[in-house]
Amino acid sequence: MTQVISQVSPQKPWRPKLKNLLPEVLGALFTAVSTLLIVAVTPLKGKLGFAIVLIIMSIVVSSLVSGIRRDKKAALNSTTTVLVYIASAFVIIPLFSILYEIFRLGIGGLSFGIFTKDMSLTSSDSPLTEGGLLHALIGTLYVVVLASILSTPVGILASLYIVEVKGRFAGLVRFFIQAMSGIPSIVAGLFIYAIWMINMGNSYNAVAGAGALAILMIPTVARTSEEVLKLIPPDLREAGLALGATQWRTVAMIIIPAAKSGLVTAVILGIARVAGETAPLLLTIGGADAINLNPFSGNSSAMPYYVWKNYSLGNPESISRAWLGVLVLMIVVFIFFSLARFFGRSKGVKK
Amino acid sequence: MTSNDDSRANGEESMKTAKAQVAKASGKVSPSSLADVAANRLQSQTANTVGSTGLEARSIHAWFGKKHVLEDISLDFYTGTVTALIGPSGCGKSTFIRILNRMHEFIPTASLAGEVFLDGKDVYEPGVDVTKIRLRIGMVFQKPNPFPSMTIKENVLSGLKLAQLKMNNQEELLESCLRRAGLWDEVKDRLDEYGGALSGGQQQRLCIARSLAVNPQVLLMDEPCSALDPGSTLRIEETIRELSSSMSIVIVTHNMQQAARVSDYTGFFLSDGGPGRLVEVGSTSQIFSNPKEQRTEDYVSGRFG
Repeated sequence: MTQVISQVSPQKPWRPKLKNLLPEVLGALFTAVSTLLIVAVTPLKGKLGFAIVLIIMSIVVSSLVSGIRRDKKAALNSTTTVLVYIASAFVIIPLFSILYEIFRLGIGGLSFGIFTKDMSLTSSDSPLTEGGLLHALIGTLYVVVLASILSTPVGILASLYIVEVKGRFAGLVRFFIQAMSGIPSIVAGLFIYAIWMINMGNSYNAVAGAGALAILMIPTVARTSEEVLKLIPPDLREAGLALGATQWRTVAMIIIPAAKSGLVTAVILGIARVAGETAPLLLTIGGADAINLNPFSGNSSAMPYYVWKNYSLGNPESISRAWLGVLVLMIVVFIFFSLARFFGRSKGVKK
Repeated sequence: MTSNDDSRANGEESMKTAKAQVAKASGKVSPSSLADVAANRLQSQTANTVGSTGLEARSIHAWFGKKHVLEDISLDFYTGTVTALIGPSGCGKSTFIRILNRMHEFIPTASLAGEVFLDGKDVYEPGVDVTKIRLRIGMVFQKPNPFPSMTIKENVLSGLKLAQLKMNNQEELLESCLRRAGLWDEVKDRLDEYGGALSGGQQQRLCIARSLAVNPQVLLMDEPCSALDPGSTLRIEETIRELSSSMSIVIVTHNMQQAARVSDYTGFFLSDGGPGRLVEVGSTSQIFSNPKEQRTEDYVSGRFG
């Protein structure tokens, strides 16, 4: 074979050249300058005024530039493009703003000590170096893990009933799951409070909190799992059944492994739904300042409860503790997600 | 995986034969040339064509809801032979073979009349274990569907695991199944890769190997080559020929040349707007050279359908 030596180098001819970008750059410059001018001259003042003028000017200028250079269709395309960018900014800005605020206000109290101590011997107005939130962390782990243990099998089995078994009541089950996802979280708390405590005479404990959270988690897990299972191609089911497998073996060996990463995502979304819930926990776990290692008996705390309590105490140290609690809760949820993603990675599935 | 690793000597050779045969086959399609193909095929296989009736369908009718889709189909399938089912789309060929291994009942609106006998026993008799029926009547689908969460090895052995059968000599079984499916040489060094990494033709042969692992008596193939290139098609046809000595194979195909090349018997299905009927069945050479029905001749000579 003869090697053909040529001077061809890989290029991207569809990319605009620098020269062609000039109108866009000028347009952007014009937008910025004119916005500054308008804000300076007119009574529109402040960040809000600037933002509004900037949005209007960027739509107008980009549409005009495209309209003059090309035609009406290009102008409309530019208008919608700018609108889409603005809409995405509206979604992203609050998210980053929240993250920034949490870090700014919470990072000050972050130290190794808070993960080793509880609040049983610390008064609320003592400095942040004293005491910690280990009791709330343990409480949250108990409540969230127990809620996941309760709701994951129920949620996934319900979705299997709807998608795989297609039983006579599949439609009804789906309807009730959808209705369940509309339950206000305080109602779930009250339900457990009424059944577990008033009716059955139990007192506050972590299991009760987990029960309340499980009620909120089941619909999320079930609905997401249902969507995931629907994505599994039907010919995989047929292939399994045609090999002489029972339905159960097909589901356990083919469907669930193929849907594994999606099912893990379903559980993650369920955890995300409940990890920050405060209202149902107020009614079920009772709250505590000391570590309670027994989830089946005695009051315990949880991160959202810790935040709520400290914020309502009102003194500067407590409010700092509340922000610290929010930061730690966020980090804990992030670690949960990463672990679940790592263990839920699906092998060899190619699209 | 961009190349399908057919570059090994063995693969290359078969590609050459494939190309030659395809070139031959895709020339002018006239009934006489198809008949020649069929006649050659039959000569080479006469030793195998004598066999007992393994599977019999007796006056099969099928409905989807109120729609009558199959009317009075009776067909015998002999062990050691290949039976091709041909006919235009929508005439009920796939429905018919799905009735044979009881896959028909998975469609909620489906209903059925008639009997299917496997070794003299009705597979639809109450009390029959469906999973045992499907173990004895394997199926290969139109679209290759290896299990995505399993490696090549696990895919081949999956039938045994799914049916919870005992497995002696795993490695031996794995190799023999892959060899019989004509895939061994291409995958022997990558048995622990996932099935999805193979090319389409290799995936389909993997699915065939998977069906063989449970040692079925009958293998149903629902247009197994319709999504494959000519080279892979030829490989699978070779596989079908090799397998036919030990089992009964039923293949649904839209490809006349394929029916002529691989089958001993051919059944022609047709639906004239109403339910699908079996217009004619006979030895493949007779169907392609000397059909009794005018409609069969029109179809096999490409005048309609």
